[in-house]
Amino acid sequence: MSWSRDDMVKRAAQEIADGQVVNLGIGLPTEVANFIPDGVDVVLHSENGLLGMGPFPLDSEVDAQLINAGKQTVTALPGASVFDSSLSFAMIRGGHVDLAILGGLEVACNGDLANWTVPGKLIAGMGGAMDLAAGARRVVVLQSHASKDGKSKLVSALTLPPTARGCVARVITELGVFDVAGDCFRCVERAPGIDDAAIARSTGAPVRF
Amino acid sequence: MKSKVYPSIDGALDGLHDGMSIMSGGFGLSGNAEACIEAIARRGVKGLTIISNNCGNQGQGLAVLLKNRQVRKVVCSFIGGNPDLAEQYLAGEIEVELCPQGTFAERIRAGGAGIGGFFTPTGAGTTVAEGKESRVIDGRLHVFEKPLRADLAIVRAAVGDHFGNLRFYRTSRNFNPLMAMAGHVTVAEVDRLVPTGALDPDDVHLPGLFVQRIVHVPEHKNVIEFRTTRSEATHAEAKKA
Repeated sequence: MSWSRDDMVKRAAQEIADGQVVNLGIGLPTEVANFIPDGVDVVLHSENGLLGMGPFPLDSEVDAQLINAGKQTVTALPGASVFDSSLSFAMIRGGHVDLAILGGLEVACNGDLANWTVPGKLIAGMGGAMDLAAGARRVVVLQSHASKDGKSKLVSALTLPPTARGCVARVITELGVFDVAGDCFRCVERAPGIDDAAIARSTGAPVRF
Repeated sequence: MKSKVYPSIDGALDGLHDGMSIMSGGFGLSGNAEACIEAIARRGVKGLTIISNNCGNQGQGLAVLLKNRQVRKVVCSFIGGNPDLAEQYLAGEIEVELCPQGTFAERIRAGGAGIGGFFTPTGAGTTVAEGKESRVIDGRLHVFEKPLRADLAIVRAAVGDHFGNLRFYRTSRNFNPLMAMAGHVTVAEVDRLVPTGALDPDDVHLPGLFVQRIVHVPEHKNVIEFRTTRSEATHAEAKKA
């Protein structure tokens, strides 16, 4: 049984250590905020200029001028600060953000990440993805193991335009948890009932178990 | 200190002309100089280069200038959620220079700070680095990025005094203070206009020398792109699960 979306998100939340400053990417990674284990004190950074981001507001608290990087209304927790975009990315690029959990389109076993464009298909722009991938102290990617057309998203070498080189430490998919290890992935955890053969078959790069 | 307050947006935008470059503060539709954008749309100037993180969204904000075919080129980091820009870009009707958001912010800061460019690891080894100088610094590949300036910057602040000292509110700050620094002429529209001296020097987010013209715009639409809320019950549930 492979992991559900919620299982994957919960597993990603376990990557967060007590006291860390964390940036959660747009989409599935944003949901990690809902599953931060009790007793883990985390400070969330949103690259549009907010440190100490809280949950979505109550209806009565909605403030159009307090949003996250996905342009969703959010709240600011006690101790929060707001700042301009240059300072926000100085935090990221300067290595002051401990962990970024990002979505992915492809991860190569040397740590290269592609997550911003598919030539001829997706024109969205990179936004803050390249800065986060290149700048966060640790980058964990939360993505499905294969694309919708069945191609593995864990590969030996990127086929899509890169977001950043050699930046990814770990990938979490519905099949398990994989660390980049240069010329292969190292499987550090399997979803229940998923065996080595199934993982090897589904992965576009060598896997060490 | 001489007052820089203009009685009207149109007065403050005097000198607007075809082909000019305009920086516009805001992240998505948050913290936009709404009255300035509306006036530029109404004046109908064409062939503009717009430097703004999103260049509007969901058909609103700067997207109105796109709809009016007033824009020749956009420098931005993100065009998702902006169908007008995507459509004109795909049709080859508009030039788009995509720039990583942190690099974009820093290029604007550099422009306003008189820096001739900088090396950053962001984008090194990607398509962003094509045609630019790359260099290994302390064992890491960096790419050279040039500063950005503009003929005109339009920004929004929560509070301004007559000298142009500004305070911003929450995440509406974003690119506004940086762009104010990088405009040859900067027009600030402020929600609240206060007498010079009313802001404590310690409370000024952007010193007034960066601002040439101020207009009091008490009403803003403050469009919300995604109104996300929680109820006490669902939040408790999510925590438990």
